[in-house]
Amino acid sequence: MNEVLAFIEAAQARGAAVALATVARTYGSAPRRVGAKLAVASDGAMAGSVSGGCIEGAVFEACQDVIQTGERQLLHFGVADEQAWEVGLACGGEIEVFVERLDW
Amino acid sequence: MIFTTLVEALDQQHPVALATVVRGSALGAKLLLDEQGLGLGTLGDEELDGAVRAVALALLDAEQSETRPFHTLAGEAVEVLIETYPAPPHLVIVGGVHIAIPLTDAAKLLGFRVTVVDPRTAFLTAERFPQADALVAEWPDEALPGLQLNRSTAVVILTHDPKLDNPATEAALRYPVRYLGAIGSTKTQDKRRAALHEAGVSEEDLARIHGPIGLPIGGVSPGEIAISILAEIIAVWRGKQP
Repeated sequence: MNEVLAFIEAAQARGAAVALATVARTYGSAPRRVGAKLAVASDGAMAGSVSGGCIEGAVFEACQDVIQTGERQLLHFGVADEQAWEVGLACGGEIEVFVERLDW
Repeated sequence: MIFTTLVEALDQQHPVALATVVRGSALGAKLLLDEQGLGLGTLGDEELDGAVRAVALALLDAEQSETRPFHTLAGEAVEVLIETYPAPPHLVIVGGVHIAIPLTDAAKLLGFRVTVVDPRTAFLTAERFPQADALVAEWPDEALPGLQLNRSTAVVILTHDPKLDNPATEAALRYPVRYLGAIGSTKTQDKRRAALHEAGVSEEDLARIHGPIGLPIGGVSPGEIAISILAEIIAVWRGKQP
């Protein structure tokens, strides 16, 4: 959490907007716990993680979208899910990630 | 505003819980709660806030974060992510010895607040422990009662000197610390246990001492031993070891 907070402070100091992705729920094996965070700045910098790497790409894109649109989303990734198949949730679990713009 | 308050609470190491609606029409609504249940923000209505508050305080105590289903006053089914930020764990190291230096640095990496206790001021210098949060130059049996030892505390005893180690172990056992480990071979451990037993420490309390300290990964250098000690502390913290 400390590294994500330091990243947010630095991003805000340079005038970048920030999106936060937070693990909301996990089923089965999951590399990160509920509350784990990935922060993405509008200039493309990022810190933290919501998985072992398997879904970071898709979550990174959702973060960039939410910075533009402000529309919060609850993303769901699972083995039975086509989207998860595409991004390759290799760990075999299921995970929900809440994505929001840091405007609160 | 809520984020600023959250960051302040984390800076000051005050335990807090943050609730967010992650499914429902008020998507993204937030309520920040302190240990007493005092809140900032709202999830939409007072009844929902109240129901979430009760669950959040229980989760904060259990140091767990979860998403749970709730109902709004209007009867809508919603899901609320409750993230808890307990006070950071505290590592108390007795003995400003060589191993204590990498142990302090690695414990900081894991988010521990670190206090080093040693009455020998030559060992306990800011130059040796630049990363420590507090250095206490007192006898351990006098220093430990003032350190608020509780279930967020790990105590590691490293002096290798029975004059310091034994009173420190005895003092730490009077508190509900989550981890207590003491350095020394099996032979040293047996001697220590016998001395403590003679001093009136119960068998039950003696069984709380982790010693020889650390997971058996064959560590030799101070850095390796520090990692094995922290590995054991993680195992205890995460419920993988008694």
